[in-house]
Order: sequence, then structure tokens, then C-alpha cells
Amino acid sequence: MANQGPAYYSPYPTATYEGVITPPEGKALLLEEVVEEEKAMREVARVMLTSENATIFPGPQVLYAYNEEASKKATLIKEMAEVLNAKMIPMYDYRPKYPKIDAEVEINPNHPNLTIWHNKIKAAIFIGVHCHYANVALKIVRAETDCYTIAICGLSGHEDAMATLRDQHSSELAKFIKIAREVKSELKL
Amino acid sequence: MAIDIYKINPEFRDIMPQEIIDLEENATWAQNQKKPRGIKELPDTKELLEEHSLCAGCPEAAALRYVLAALPKPEETIIVNSTGCTSLMFPHIALHTVHSLFGNQNAVASGIKRSLAWRFPDKVKDVVVLAGDGATVDIGLDYTLQSFFRQEKITTICFDNEVYANTGGQESGMTPKGQVFKMAPEGKKFEKVKMWELATTSGCHYSINMTASAPKAVAKAVREAILIARDIGPTYLNIYTPCILEIGLSANEGLGEMKDQDKDRFASYKYVSDEAAAHLIKCKEEGLL
Repeated sequence: MANQGPAYYSPYPTATYEGVITPPEGKALLLEEVVEEEKAMREVARVMLTSENATIFPGPQVLYAYNEEASKKATLIKEMAEVLNAKMIPMYDYRPKYPKIDAEVEINPNHPNLTIWHNKIKAAIFIGVHCHYANVALKIVRAETDCYTIAICGLSGHEDAMATLRDQHSSELAKFIKIAREVKSELKL
Repeated sequence: MAIDIYKINPEFRDIMPQEIIDLEENATWAQNQKKPRGIKELPDTKELLEEHSLCAGCPEAAALRYVLAALPKPEETIIVNSTGCTSLMFPHIALHTVHSLFGNQNAVASGIKRSLAWRFPDKVKDVVVLAGDGATVDIGLDYTLQSFFRQEKITTICFDNEVYANTGGQESGMTPKGQVFKMAPEGKKFEKVKMWELATTSGCHYSINMTASAPKAVAKAVREAILIARDIGPTYLNIYTPCILEIGLSANEGLGEMKDQDKDRFASYKYVSDEAAAHLIKCKEEGLL
């Protein structure tokens, strides 16, 4: 089924070429394997804690206080960054930057690889990015960099991320932070 | 668009670029203004157009800045645009924009306006079409006029540069007779279409022909046109924004060209229906103008 959709029009190699699709409800995706959510959360925390220049890319859905859930998530993401010792670089909107982005401090979905190359980021969490631009950005990053990408998604996840956690709302983020603390302690970091 | 979209969560304020902080703090959103918005704030406030990739000195870029500065309520405005030079700017503005297929922008805008009226019956939502002369008068003429016939409550702004500029210089219906372009070497054989008159006879309640040489005049026309479209019916602005590249001018000569044409092909034309005129008086009394 995955071989017949419009993914084949993409110039980039995409996960659906390999038959990888988003995980079912209640599950998560690690590379091409569907796993329990908790297992994926532990792996995500381990990767973020042990990779060089681990970074969180918060998108518009969490950067702006347009509803109560967004504000709650913002507080949790800030805490998550502290637990994971991760830097934060915002994807604050999707407008193409002219003449070019400042790769040191911002990321744009139209050329996300520039920020990853510049900052030598080896693991990154995308969170709060709208589905269509997350799909664009993750495909480019997958094709152009060696960065381990993690999608923390409020809807059905993104198969082009190396790890995808679906249906993630503030309660799930709190659970992830708790697990990340445990992993950090196990790794004696 | 909820204005909250630019209210930054305090946790992220330290990592956000200054341009976005400025949008929250220093843009002239209508809800932060006591007086109607206008071009007078341009020097001191954050503009809704961050940057653009048009040619240096392009009058169209200046005209768009005036239009954006004059929108009565940008946070509740949706701009529909079409293919052309204008579409190089719209991805850069901080408002909702919808890029339609070439020529069908007024049909798309009609649907958006009706949907918004159904979805948000208690809110005022302005829908503004902004396209070039090729999209408005040539390829999209049917859609443009049909929206006027149907009395759609939208404002149509045509940036008339009298040529298909970004495809290399083909003549359009708005090109004046005799004009030679790179891809129209024999010169145009027919007269320029007087679209502003066509708009009047097709049912527009407000129709203007002007250049973008006078920023205040452009801003006033935009504001009046949108306020009339909100409550009365379709409005049309034809604004000359010459393509300096295609007519062989330098970056600093666009303004002079527009001033020259103020007395020629773009001599002022203004039609306001009786109903619209009465509405403008009411708007003035209410402090909207």
C-alpha cells in the first residue's frame, strides 16, 4: 500500500518507500519498528542524552500562547530541555527567509539541514510543528544529514523521523520527562 | 487569525528572534490601536512585511507596504493572491494568505468569505484579493467580473504593471496600445482595458484608478474599499505599479514614472455608489476612517 501513494513523487528518499508508516494508536515507532510508547521514550531520552549538540526545535504550536494547552506544553518543554541538557532553537514560523536564515539561532522547515549542519546537531526533537511542515522538514533532514530525528507529535506521528511518539499532549510530556530523569540517572549524567 | 498567535510563551522569549518579539510588541495590530491604522506609523512600528525578494526599487513592494499599513484589521484579514510578482512577497507577510491558481483568485476569495461568515458569524473578517493585471484582467477576468456580478463582499486590488513581468515581458490586456516588450516586439495593437470602468458597470460599489505615487492616497483608498466591502458589496482598486525592469528604468526611477502617469493613463478615476458614500459617512462618524 505504501508503494502506491504520492510519496513516490518526492525527490527525497522517504520512509514510505520502505513501507514504514506511522504507528498505530498507543504505540510508537523506532526506526522501522513499532514499539511500546515507554520503550520509545526511554530510547529517545538515551539518544538525546548521549548525542552531541542535542537540540529541541519547538514549533509555532508551542512557541505561542494561543491556548492553555500551548502554555502548559511550553513549561514542560523548557523542563524537558533542562533534563536532556538540550539546546533549543525555535522554528517560529514557516515563512521562507530572505536572503538567508541565521543558522546559529533559528531553523526553517524549507531548509532545516542548514541549521543542523551549522550547529553539528546529532539528535533533535521536533515538537509543535504543524504536520505538513514537519513532514517537509523531516524528509530533508533524513536525506541530507546524519541527525537522529525525533518527532513528538500531537496527532498520528511522522514516519520520516527516526523515532516518533504520537498523541503527545501535556500529560504525555510529563511522563516523558519523568522517564528522561530516570534514564539520566541510570546513565550517571 | 487570533492575535494570540503572536503572543510568545514566556518560556521561549529568550530564544525568539527580535523580529518576532517586535511583531508582538510593536506591530500596529488594530486591537492595540486607538486610532485607525495608517501609513503614518510605518517609520516607528514593526511592519507586517518582514522582507521580500522583489527587484530593488520595485514600486509594487512599496505599494504592498502601504496596503498592509492601511488594512483596517490585519489580524482578521485574509489575503488571496495569485501567481505573479506579488506571489514573491506574500510568503513573507505576517498574515494569512492563500495562494490561488492563476486567475481564479476572486472565486477562491468568494468561497473563503462565505465560509468565514458561516464559521465566525459574530466576527468581522475581511477578505482582500491582491493580484496582478494578468491574473485580474486577462486570464482571471471571468472570475473577477463574476464575483462583482454576484455582489461578493470582497475587495479586489489589482497591481497593474501593464505587463506579464516575471515571465519575461508579454503584453496583457492592461498594456497600453503601441507598447513594445521583449516578448511583444511588434507593439500592442489594441487599447488598454479600462478595468476600473468595467468594475463600475459590473456592480462594484467603489472603483478607483490610481498610481502608488502618493502613499496616503493609496492607504485611504484601501481603507475605504475594505470598509465598503464589509457591509455593502464588491470594491475594486486599480493601482499602477510599473515594472521598472520591463520598461527600462533604474531602481530610483519608479516613483517618477508613477508621478508622470498620474496625469496620463492613470489620471484619477473614482466611483462611489450612493449607498457606499452614505456608508463612508457613517464610518467616519464612528471613527473608522
